[in-house]
Amino acid sequence: MLVTNIEIIPGKRITKHLGLVQGSSVRAKHIGRDIMAGLKNIFGGELKGYTELLQESREEATERMIQQAEAVGANAVLNVRFSTSSVAAGAAELFAYGTAVVLE
Amino acid sequence: MADLTIFMVLLALGYGFGRYAELKHYKSIIRREKEFRDIPAVTTKFPPLSKAVDAELVSGSVVISVDYFKRFIAGLRNLIGGRVTAYELLLDRARREAILRMKEEARAFDGHIIFNVKLETSSIHKGRKNGVGAVEVMAYGTVLIKQ
Repeated sequence: MLVTNIEIIPGKRITKHLGLVQGSSVRAKHIGRDIMAGLKNIFGGELKGYTELLQESREEATERMIQQAEAVGANAVLNVRFSTSSVAAGAAELFAYGTAVVLE
Repeated sequence: MADLTIFMVLLALGYGFGRYAELKHYKSIIRREKEFRDIPAVTTKFPPLSKAVDAELVSGSVVISVDYFKRFIAGLRNLIGGRVTAYELLLDRARREAILRMKEEARAFDGHIIFNVKLETSSIHKGRKNGVGAVEVMAYGTVLIKQ
């Protein structure tokens, strides 16, 4: 499965458009990470726990998007975009969407 | 009195550690930016159509927090208005770090250029009184790999 955020792949032709596919994942942070983050708020610096957490959930969102693309019979997802929104206090939604296509 | 002491200690800790962390981070950013100069990241959407290439989505992200001292200074800024340098520097560090992480991933793929780079910023951990606690910056783009 080819996943990119450009609209055309050099050297490959799109034979069929299959429409929008999407995947999302909502995650909450756990208390241990919150305590570490509290400390970091005093000293400044990177919050590694959060970086990993968001990375994992973004991967999961992408994974779900790819599953959807496979289900409609695509072999590539083009023009992928990511978006983040905080749904409730302490939880964030990571969302990935793109266009499923068949490349020759 | 005890409250004031704790506050002063936190300010001093924040100033000391925060300054040290920032200087160290900037040094490492500048060093790695030189190292990754051979992989340009561009915002153009359309790659040249001349040669067949492989494409792969790459991304880099970072969550970074401002220290206690800077948050206090930014709070004071709120009273008189103007540029909040403390937060400007925080966002600058986060964006450059995210781009560097994206380039690291691109190098792992043996790519030579990254197209359609997008940067996304969100404030994820709200501090007390809804102040900025930490920002997340994500950079993503498509790396082209010579076949």
